This record gives sequence, structure tokens and C-alpha cells, in this order.
Amino acid sequence: MNFNLFYHFGRYVSMMGQALTKPEKFSMYWKETVRQMEAIGVGSVIIVVLISIFIGAVSALQFCYQLDGQLVPMYYVGYIVRDLAIIESAPTITCLVLAGKVGSNIAAEIGGMRQKEHIDAMEIMGVNTAAYLVTPKVVAAIVVIPLLVTIAAFVGIIGGYLASVPAGYLTDMEYMRGLRAYFDPYNVTIMYVKATVFAFLITSISSFYGYYVTGGSIELGKASTNAVVIGNIFVLAGDYVIALLLT
Amino acid sequence: MIRIENICKSFDGNVVLESISHEFYPGKTNLVIGRSGSGKTVLLKILVGLLQPTTGKVWYDKVDFSTLDKKQVREVRMQVGMLFQGSALFDSMTVEQNIKFPLDMFTNWTTKEKLDRVNYCLERVNLEGVNTKFPSETSGGMQKRVGIARAIVLKPRYLFCDEPNSGLDPKTALLIDELIKDITYENQITTIVNTHDMNSVMEVGDNVMLLSGGKIAWKGNKSEIIGSDNEVLQDFIFASPFLKRLRVAALEQQKTKEGKK
Ligand SMILES: Nc1ncnc2c1ncn2[C@@H]1O[C@H](COP(=O)(O)OP(=O)(O)OP(=O)(O)O)[C@@H](O)[C@H]1O
Ligand SMILES: [Mg+2]
Repeated sequence: MNFNLFYHFGRYVSMMGQALTKPEKFSMYWKETVRQMEAIGVGSVIIVVLISIFIGAVSALQFCYQLDGQLVPMYYVGYIVRDLAIIESAPTITCLVLAGKVGSNIAAEIGGMRQKEHIDAMEIMGVNTAAYLVTPKVVAAIVVIPLLVTIAAFVGIIGGYLASVPAGYLTDMEYMRGLRAYFDPYNVTIMYVKATVFAFLITSISSFYGYYVTGGSIELGKASTNAVVIGNIFVLAGDYVIALLLT
Repeated sequence: MIRIENICKSFDGNVVLESISHEFYPGKTNLVIGRSGSGKTVLLKILVGLLQPTTGKVWYDKVDFSTLDKKQVREVRMQVGMLFQGSALFDSMTVEQNIKFPLDMFTNWTTKEKLDRVNYCLERVNLEGVNTKFPSETSGGMQKRVGIARAIVLKPRYLFCDEPNSGLDPKTALLIDELIKDITYENQITTIVNTHDMNSVMEVGDNVMLLSGGKIAWKGNKSEIIGSDNEVLQDFIFASPFLKRLRVAALEQQKTKEGKK
């Protein structure tokens, strides 16, 4: 990995500067955006559901175990699972997973187009390739990933229920009471801020690694890996910064 | 017209082009010829701005290409069609979608108008009934022709073809040469073709430039080739012993004709 940070950052900014300009043909960009929404959104529902159900279940069990026999009332389990899902696990863990799934996909797709001279061919036609290849992905992700995160939050809460109530740690009524306790809508705002920022980071970073790929299939593999690793790092760093600023 | 001035290009100290100056005229098929590795593709990519020359300038009519910003470059490029050496067709689109892509992106035509234009271009490259095939389902020669169809679909003012007829059988190759010549003449566009096919050179070479060792080894047109005593040129065009004998025979015929006059 090349740690020439300023160089990479400069190229990233220049690519995004090109990307965020007026589309030459709105309908073409719209079509591509819809295609991306389907790929990112519909294509990721199952994995997001699976992961969130387990995260919800594990966090519920964990707190049942920790709170058992203490002075804290058991309905707190519902309250904790809910806020944990909304503030942290739904946006962050979902996006870490998506950084892997979507990020590697985008880097490989754009990188392959670069290597096969498709990007050059588009450039010669007069297409603003940074815009046409990057913007629809970023926009699609910013629309779809918050929706996925919403699903993740709900499913996480359901997972918590399924893991704790049937096992007899607490009653149905207690869990529900916990879900309703101390609800602060601001936490939902935080969730959506995180989801939007992460969506932007994941797609733009992976596009960047694909767009500037050179060489052959080994380099393409590296670009794809870098997209995921750097994407993950930025999601976690972003998580920290947002937590710092908004809470 | 496209003019290049003192173009030099090196990759990490490895000099590929050395001070190339030349003019490419509208309405003529301008050929860049040379052996494999002589820098034809690099020169073409410099002409369209995909590679930056180490030094030197490229002029499109009165415009110095290097002074344009990205937006202006795109405006020039809307008038450019290019066939890549590897065709560079979009492999997840069908042949029809490939050729239609520039129309979708830059025109407000109706679907019917676009399809008519696509089919017209396919007809011109002698390809019909392949609209719904994917590039991977067609032969290399077909891909070349689809690439040409895509390059001419927006009626470019400047047409660049990197080895348009390598990988084609001699008859189709001839057809493609004729097509390029016709389009060039009909619309008075500036066409630059890279080739190492001596048939093309002798058929359509209005303005030929021979690259060798990073320099221009010879300039001229097809009728000056046989008579030229430039060794690099003769070695390139009449590479095989058979062709060498043909050339000698042609020269003798010319002499006896002149003798009779
Ligand atoms: N991106 C690059 N980096 C380094 N060297 C390059 C690059 N592109 C081309 N070259 C070198 O430039 C020289 C000319 O290559 P070019 O592709 O222009 O040849 P060509 O005349 O098109 O050959 P062919 O007829 O086989 O297509 C070669 O020696 C090649 O190694
Ligand atoms: Mg070449």
C-alpha cells in the first residue's frame, strides 16, 4: 500500500470534484442510479437481515446475563437492545458489512472498466466518466443504505426479543416496556446521519480505488481489498467523529 | 485538421516518440504505419489526450489541446470517434446498446431515430442481425466492426482508428478500409488510422507517416511508395521475399512503359 496520503487525498478530491458536476443527460444518470439502487439495496437485504438478527440476539443475551440478579430491572434489556441497535449496531455494523460487499463490488466493477479501456472509450465520447460512474453509485447508496439501516434496526430489536423472551429471561410485557422506555427521537437522527455519511464514504472510497487502478488482475484484486479495508477504517473513524459531535 | 508539433514521449526514461511533427488533413485517410511496438498506439492516445506528451503540442484546427480545461476537452471529444486496438466494447451491454450509448448520452432523439441510426451504422460495417448479441458472443473481427460502428454513430469530425482491420479476413479488411475512406470523404472529416497492414497502405494511404525507432522515417502517399528508395519503408511494406519480388516486377514494368513512350 502506498502511504503517500496527500497524493491520494488530492486525487480523491479531484475525482469527487469531477463527479459532483451537472450530468450531461439526466435520464442516463437516473437509469444508472436505479440499477445501482437495486444492486446495493435489494441485493443486500438478506445479508443485512441475517446479521442484524444475530447482533440483536447476542446483545439481548449478553445483557440478560449481565443484568440477571442485579438491582436493575429486567425490562432494561429491551431499552438497551433498542438504543444499541439504533445508535450503534444498525448503522455501523450494517455499513461495515456493506463496505465489504458493496465496496469490493464497486471497486472491481470500475477497476475492470478502467483496465479494459472502457473508461477511456467513454472519455473519448466526451462522457464525464468520474460523474457517470461515481455519482449514481453514491446517490443510490445515500438513498438505499439508510433504508437498509432502518430494516437492520427493526430486525435487531426483533432478534433481541426472540433470543430473550422465549428463553424466559424476561416476559413479553417487560421487553415491550423496555422498548418504550426513555425513547429519544434524537437517537434516530444520529442513526440516519451515520447511515448517510457511511454510505457516502463506502461508495466514494471504493469508486476511487477502482477508478485509478492500473496494471492487471493482481492490482485489481489489491484495489478491491484496499477499498474494503480503507472503507472499514473510514466507517469506524466516521463513527467516532459523529459520536463526538452529536452526543 | 490536426497538427502535432515536436511530440516527445517517454515512459520512465524509455523513449518511445522523439520529436514528431506532422499534419493530418480533413477528407483524407491519414495513416500512421510502423512495426509492432513502434509507438503508433501511444501517438494516437496522445492525439486524443488519453496520454500526456512529455513535450510537444497537439492542435485541433486552431485550438491547442493542452490549453483546454476538462470541460472544453469534453466538448472537443464529442466530435471525436475512436476505435481502440482492443475494441473496448462495453461487455455488459449488447452490440446495439454499445452503439446506442453515445446517442443515449448526447442526443434527444426518439428511440426509433436512435435504432435507425444504429442499424444504419451496423449495415455500413457489414454487420446485420447481431443487435442482441453481447460482445463476448461475437468474433474478434465482429467486435472491431462494432467498435467502428460505435465510433461513427455520432458523425464525428475527427475519427481515430487503431488497427481497424487487424484480425479481419482480407475481404472484410478491404471493406473496412473502403468504409473508412468513404466516411472520411463524404463528411470531410479528419481520419487517422494506425495500421501495419500493407494492403490498407496501398489502397487508402493518402497521407502516410512511417514511424520507426521513435522517429518519422518516411512521409508521403501511396503512389510514392513503390518508387521510393527509403530502406526502412521498403523493408516495412515489402517485408516478405514474395512481396520484394513483386515490387521489383512492378518497377520493371514501369520502366518498360516509360521506355515505350
Ligand atoms: N503505459 C505504458 N508504459 C510504459 N511503456 C509503454 C506504455 N504504453 C506503451 N509503452 C511502450 O511504448 C512502445 C510503443 O507501444 P505502442 O503500443 O504504441 O506500439 P504499437 O506501435 O501500437 O504496436 P502494435 O502494432 O503492436 O500495436 C512499446 O515499446 C511499449 O512498451
Ligand atoms: Mg498499437
